[in-house]
Amino acid sequence: MTEAKDVIVIGAGPAGANAALEAAGAGLDVALIDEQPAAGGQVWRAPWPGLERPPASNEAKAGDALRARLEASRVDRRFGRRVWSVTSGFRVDALGPDGNEPVTAPILIAATGAHERVIPFPGWTLPGVIGLAAATVLLKSHQVVPGARVVVAGSGPLLAAVAAGILKAGGHVVAIADIAGPADWLRAAPAMASRPALLAEGAGWTLKILAKRVPIHFRHAVAAAEGEGRVTRVRLKPVDSEGWAGSRKAVEIEADALCVGNGLVPGAELSKLFRAKHRYDRLRGGWIPETDAFGRTSVPALIAIGDGAGLSGAAPAELSGRLAGLAAAHDAGATDGAAFARLAHPLLTERARLAAFADASAGMMALRPAQVAGIAPETIICRCEDVTRAEIDAAFAAGARHVNQLKHFTRCGMGPCQGRMCGDVAAELLGQRVGSREAVGYWTGRPPLRPVGLDQLIGDFDYADIPIPKPAPL
Amino acid sequence: MSHVHDLAVIGGGVHGAAAALFAARGGMDVTLLERGPLCREASGVNAGTLTMQMTRVALIPYALKAHAMWASARDWLGHDVGVVVCDGLSLAFTQAEEELLTFRAGKRREAGAPIEIVTGARAKEIEPGLSGEVRVAGHCVVDGFANAYLTGLAYRRALLEAGVALREETPVSGVRRETDGFAVETADGIVRARRLVLAGGVWIEPMMAWLGIHLPIKTLINQLSVSERIAPVMRTVVGIANGLLSLKQYPHGTVVIGGGWQAVGDRERGGVELLPERLIGNARLACHAIPALKRARMARAWAGLEAETADALPAVGPVPGVPDAYVCGSVHSGYTSGPYIARLLADHILGRAPEMPLFPIDRLLAPGGAAVN
Repeated sequence: MTEAKDVIVIGAGPAGANAALEAAGAGLDVALIDEQPAAGGQVWRAPWPGLERPPASNEAKAGDALRARLEASRVDRRFGRRVWSVTSGFRVDALGPDGNEPVTAPILIAATGAHERVIPFPGWTLPGVIGLAAATVLLKSHQVVPGARVVVAGSGPLLAAVAAGILKAGGHVVAIADIAGPADWLRAAPAMASRPALLAEGAGWTLKILAKRVPIHFRHAVAAAEGEGRVTRVRLKPVDSEGWAGSRKAVEIEADALCVGNGLVPGAELSKLFRAKHRYDRLRGGWIPETDAFGRTSVPALIAIGDGAGLSGAAPAELSGRLAGLAAAHDAGATDGAAFARLAHPLLTERARLAAFADASAGMMALRPAQVAGIAPETIICRCEDVTRAEIDAAFAAGARHVNQLKHFTRCGMGPCQGRMCGDVAAELLGQRVGSREAVGYWTGRPPLRPVGLDQLIGDFDYADIPIPKPAPL
Repeated sequence: MSHVHDLAVIGGGVHGAAAALFAARGGMDVTLLERGPLCREASGVNAGTLTMQMTRVALIPYALKAHAMWASARDWLGHDVGVVVCDGLSLAFTQAEEELLTFRAGKRREAGAPIEIVTGARAKEIEPGLSGEVRVAGHCVVDGFANAYLTGLAYRRALLEAGVALREETPVSGVRRETDGFAVETADGIVRARRLVLAGGVWIEPMMAWLGIHLPIKTLINQLSVSERIAPVMRTVVGIANGLLSLKQYPHGTVVIGGGWQAVGDRERGGVELLPERLIGNARLACHAIPALKRARMARAWAGLEAETADALPAVGPVPGVPDAYVCGSVHSGYTSGPYIARLLADHILGRAPEMPLFPIDRLLAPGGAAVN
């Protein structure tokens, strides 16, 4: 019961949805698969079905427009489906309401987005501490504020967005701690100014924050989250521009929630699964697949786009999506070379125009090695397996020189999240000891791409129908 | 004149590492060369099962000795490999499986494995997590499992303590016979040794080619998967009559599902791709045996390579026509039997009479060095 398509797109955010629309517009039969019940990705996340709509933001409007275009298109939309296996051919297996659904296509577009990076500190696993990206999910999808007295901390544009979002929803932000200083924002400003609409949006967030007189601690990071059983107090420490704390005095704030994030990491699991060529790019968030301008990876017919192929934000992702859709149409023979070049040209030009903004924004979120170097030995790095920084250092001392070896020595990254939370920081810690991120590599990509319930995976079956292979020789 | 070791072992899996360890403890100056980190291929990613019920009949006497070694690893290896000794059950759900099980368990019992056939009800007393659909089971009190991913760390420490010159991340590009031993070619230069052990698992075939000998080794690509940590659902090692299931729960709560379902891959590229239907098939078998496992989530799947000779028996002994060169590997359920079989070879190299016979490869080679198929 495997269904055959021309193109499969995994991920229905700005990149994936636009790729699907463009390829379908060229006459291809496209399946668009996403884990969420509606398209939009994280940035244009739809409110959960049945919830009252919040006052429209720019992001909500953009998401609604995209969802309407998909609605009117020929794209085969397969939402609420968890992709767990992708094999060559390509064959994609996704678990949905009716169990496992395989679908095949000769072209695969991976638009799997990013996950968040939290640089660990003592207490970061306490209930009440959540990521900045997780806070945006609460706000956009569920219209829930994270707590009654919220500290918002970390780095990058998500900081202001989350703080403003909480204020807009009627919540109380007791402090903002930004590793960057006003000078960093000013340095980024000329590049940011190349996107007036977004700059205005950022200014809107800032005004909202200023109007509520929220204390902003520039050049501060979280020293610790404290409390019995849940966070009740957040300690902030002054840091330098690289995130290094030294031994200066901390600021203490009473709070019942802490939203903290230090940028995003590309979710390049699919290209890693296929062993495409990757390179480490700190600005783009970490290990990313090497691609051409259209997202074509080193693996034939595997295209990777959007934040999962290197952080660049929503607007460049939309264009990358359209370009990938055009490339898929061309590679499938639905569009000739001349038409492909003609259609691609303005999109490439437009994307180039956005590059300065994307770079400035990614730069604010990039990993600061000194911040990782300053993590205290007893701090948990892998929260699934309770592996501390000291244990990672001990594994280095015991001979671990590659992240896959680190994993064997410590169980770091072996839990249900399979290293999505800790992977970037663990690799950075080992990389700083060994000498480079390139030397320590990245964890081997394997299925399932997300944890899957065995009950769902096996479905109903008769024992007699299990295709048990022949026995080994006696 | 560069240093000449008494012995160079090429291949740092459980066979090579144990051969190097026992040779060094026997007084030899040993170097071990491994192209990656120690035990990161088959020896680090296998299911860790230490069972008699999947072991080839001819290897049962060896596997029993090896089981005792694993169980006492802290004493002789000096480091923990997370070994748990427990009961093992091989299940039959159908009439045909009952016949197969009875026949196979009988053969293994004749070879010395303490396996007895018990009723489904008795099996459920031994393993309360079992499904009620079991007709009969092979019950063996000599069973258990190791935590395979700890193998490299444990052997690494033991080898360094034994004074072995460990060369990890050192691929060997070739071996030349010299008047008084062997020149092993690496990117860091020539390593010299009077004796040579080739212990490259599935890569024994290309290694033997360095010596001009064609020894065909088939590569099996075994799929495995592991659940997230869950509350205890089982306390034994569980398999099925035809051997295509191995199932156990580790003390930290994860359940490893294996049994040798084949993935896509080869010796050159490793385990390239796991096949979803086979992951599902293997998981169905596992949940059919231990129904409470259905509540778990699968966290990860992977593949490991297994080497097999033409007659599926080991290649362990001298290399014919090449004095002082030895081969060690291609042992079915090789992780289980590896430490003991490698120790036998080390004894042979040290000039001691091995406790049990080796598996010379003459039987696998055609006259003149071409292989018998």
